[in-house]
Amino acid sequence: MTSTTDKKNINLTLKIWRQNGPDNNGFETYYADDISTDMSFLEMIDVINERLTLEGKDPVAFDHDCREGICGTCGTMINGRAHGPEKGTTLCQLHMRHFADGDTLVIEPWRSRAFKIIKDLVVDRSPLDKIIQAGGYISVNAGKAPDANAIPIPQETAETAMDAAACIGCGACVASCPNASAMLFVGAKISHLALLPQGKPEAMIRVMAMVNEMDRQCFGNCTNHRECEAECPKEISITNIARLNREFIKSGLF
Amino acid sequence: MQLDAKIPGGLLTEKWDRNLFELKLVSPANKKKLDIIVVGTGLAGASVSATLAELGYNIKSFCLQDTPRRAHSISAQGGINAAKNYSNDGDSIWRLFYDTIKGGDFRSREANVYRLAQISNNIIDHCVAQGVPFARDYGGLLANRSFGGAQVSRTFYSRGQTGQQLLLGAYGALMRQIAEGKIKTFPRREILDIVLVNNKARGVVTRSLITGTIETHAADAVVLATGGYSNVFFLSTNAMTSNVTANFKAYKKGAFFANPCFTQIHPTCIPVHGAYQSKLTLMSESLRNDGRVWVPKNPGDKRSPDQIPESERDYYLENRYPAFGNLVPRDVASRNAKMQCDMGKGVGETGLAVYLDFDDAIKRDGKDVIIKKYGNLFQMYEKITGDNPCENPMMIYPAVHYTMGGLWVDYNLMSTVPGLFVIGEANFSDHGANRLGASALMQGLADGYFILPYTIGGYLAETSMQKVTADHPEFKDAAKKSESRINRLLSIKGKRTVDDFHKELGSILWEHCGMSRNSEQLLRAQNLIRELREEFWENVIVPGSGKEFNQSLERAGRVADFLEFGELMVIDALARKESCGSHFNEAYQTEENEAKRNDKDFCHVAAWEFAGDDNEPVFHKEPLAFENVELSQRSYK
Ligand SMILES: Cc1cc2nc3c(=O)[nH]c(=O)nc-3n(C[C@H](O)[C@H](O)[C@H](O)COP(=O)(O)OP(=O)(O)OC[C@H]3O[C@@H](n4cnc5c(N)ncnc54)[C@H](O)[C@@H]3O)c2cc1C
Ligand code: SF4
Ligand code: FES
Repeated sequence: MTSTTDKKNINLTLKIWRQNGPDNNGFETYYADDISTDMSFLEMIDVINERLTLEGKDPVAFDHDCREGICGTCGTMINGRAHGPEKGTTLCQLHMRHFADGDTLVIEPWRSRAFKIIKDLVVDRSPLDKIIQAGGYISVNAGKAPDANAIPIPQETAETAMDAAACIGCGACVASCPNASAMLFVGAKISHLALLPQGKPEAMIRVMAMVNEMDRQCFGNCTNHRECEAECPKEISITNIARLNREFIKSGLF
Repeated sequence: MQLDAKIPGGLLTEKWDRNLFELKLVSPANKKKLDIIVVGTGLAGASVSATLAELGYNIKSFCLQDTPRRAHSISAQGGINAAKNYSNDGDSIWRLFYDTIKGGDFRSREANVYRLAQISNNIIDHCVAQGVPFARDYGGLLANRSFGGAQVSRTFYSRGQTGQQLLLGAYGALMRQIAEGKIKTFPRREILDIVLVNNKARGVVTRSLITGTIETHAADAVVLATGGYSNVFFLSTNAMTSNVTANFKAYKKGAFFANPCFTQIHPTCIPVHGAYQSKLTLMSESLRNDGRVWVPKNPGDKRSPDQIPESERDYYLENRYPAFGNLVPRDVASRNAKMQCDMGKGVGETGLAVYLDFDDAIKRDGKDVIIKKYGNLFQMYEKITGDNPCENPMMIYPAVHYTMGGLWVDYNLMSTVPGLFVIGEANFSDHGANRLGASALMQGLADGYFILPYTIGGYLAETSMQKVTADHPEFKDAAKKSESRINRLLSIKGKRTVDDFHKELGSILWEHCGMSRNSEQLLRAQNLIRELREEFWENVIVPGSGKEFNQSLERAGRVADFLEFGELMVIDALARKESCGSHFNEAYQTEENEAKRNDKDFCHVAAWEFAGDDNEPVFHKEPLAFENVELSQRSYK
């Protein structure tokens, strides 16, 4: 299915999770006919929704905004894979040329006890905000900063911090973890800030507070399945979890 | 009404200091008693919310997204300007000021732009302190690159995702204040109206996008940081939720709308490829540092790019503008791309594209260096087009990207409605008729971290206000009106979808009020929009109910506002009988086909006042005085 198709238009069968309220839910089947392979996956859903609307039916609710892979709003499972089959790709960047004529796609929302379903494919990811509130920042008020070049930071350090800071907060790591752990998300933020000299003064309180909040928000533990790394659309490395663990141990020693 | 921009007296270089001194202060004890509503959590909204909370005010922060971190600012790619002169190439506050005024084709306020250039340096300091991972050179100091309209290198960046990193910094600051209890957030809430009590902005009507519940919120002042309206064109580089609703509602409540026809068409976007297309993707202007723009010399040349020899290529920007080359400002680059395509020299399947070629840069610097600079942009391009820019030149075409027009504000960023402040892309203030690259992020953060936190204090300190709550009849009345509009939209049950109307509106504006305009076309557009609006209210179909998560209903409300607002853009374009920056009226051009201003009659801001649904808006003029720079024909040759 991941092979690129040459055919310009394809036909697909979609099994989409529909949910409006706790008891009203289940898969529905839709036929996506004559889909151009230049379309993005979300444009394909747009086409289905236009059709449903004209038929007087309820269109499929799904989250999306930037449609260029940076805001972290979109995301569903396609045949059990978060953001679909392409590596390092958000759902909105996935194009139909990666599917073959006649494919059946099972489309579901993120499933995790920390994320409640709002409607159809839309979930509530606000627990991720709660974790950031616990300490995912550097405490500096506007107006207090020294000159930006006062502290040189080795290029390599800045680049590694940037690798971690690239997390878009989409929640795919949580959705693909068998334990519904948010360790990759938290590890990315901890790494980004702990690597930089500006982030060091608060490093210990930060890691404690964020890990505790993660537990409070019902995310599970990390038992090294590495599904998160495989499915992360920004290819955030699992070494960030290792760094989180090191930082956490350090903070316990003091 | 005479517009008073409240520009402080004295030397240009001293105005902001003087203003800071003259503004009354709110005591720390009183700040704790004051409530401020901030709509929007992009760079402008997040930074102002955090800073106001740091100062002690109580903030309510609203946004459409499920979390503040996803506001449209997240997708800014290329960078943010500052006059640090770290590159030691002759930059200065004055030069950044001058470039911005000239880039805007002399249609912005000197005092605002100078202040922006002054503050630019504080922004970089603050963002570095927050942990924004800007690019660095081998010595560990901050790196810079160049953007259009400048001959110095003053743009700070985090790979191709500068907006993301700056927004995460501001979002972190916002989250910190939530934890402190100074900010309350309301995500997935849409502002449907602004509420005035005794002619002052005192609150908002909102709809929960999850449950559909209509709510009202009262405060001592309201800040709109609601972004731009590029999506009036349907296809733009903006996020899908970007809209004009809150700003348009403010306009209807008495806030003047300034220069609505100044819309920026960005030269380097991935070309349109099908009728189902939902948005356009920008390829950052930073690519023009190394990419060379060209088309075949001969119209209709359909050979693949590698088959076209050097001698048969037209590097039209380098040829026409030797001094700036590929780095001319956006309006100039876009118009030239259109001209080449109009001459039949466009490339690709549709003929509506030009090449952006990295071949020479790769030969010069090596593939690794180029990938390091632009890797994520190349990847984005490849995902969409299935083509690799290291092997074949990119194909690009202009697309709607940014709106210089916005709600009119004075020097203190207050609109014509007392207590209603407007910041970031939502206001009109700093970019004149064309914005230079990497200066929107600068403006949003200048407004949010360093300007409004002080100027709003001046208003609150000198205005005596009674406490009002959301039980006040004005709130009830506004909520009822919002609700009945929703019911009306749901009850039409027509035959055309919301998107279908939106697409038609977009194509009317793109054809008639886009990269080039003329009076005849604009008049036609005005009629077409009116007809479309009428049809919308008779024939739109909005499924579902108002009391649930209903994305069709959300879009219907926004498109209904775009259908009114689009006409205002056209009216503004018709009234400006000159060409300047992004506004290119074919009747006014130089012999070399550049925009020809008419400074005698149009050296002003056009500010429109709402005069009722059935009346033409009323025109007001804020004359622009240039005391520190000489008005000249813009030249990038
Ligand atoms: C693809 C792209 C790349 C760009 N790259 C650059 C760059 O490199 N450098 C640069 O300087 N500029 C760049 N820009 C421009 C820049 O990103 C924007 O101008 C800027 O981010 C706008 O910020 P803002 O805070 O004013 O508004 P936005 O970030 O648009 O935020 C608007 C906020 O208002 C909220 N909102 C809107 N309406 C309502 C409503 N009715 N109810 C409730 N909430 C509402 C939204 O939810 C959102 O939180 C780019 C723009 C695009 C599209
Ligand atoms: S770590 Fe990856 S998968 Fe997890 S939230 Fe961040 S970007 Fe998404
Ligand atoms: S819609 Fe923004 S990442 Fe997909």
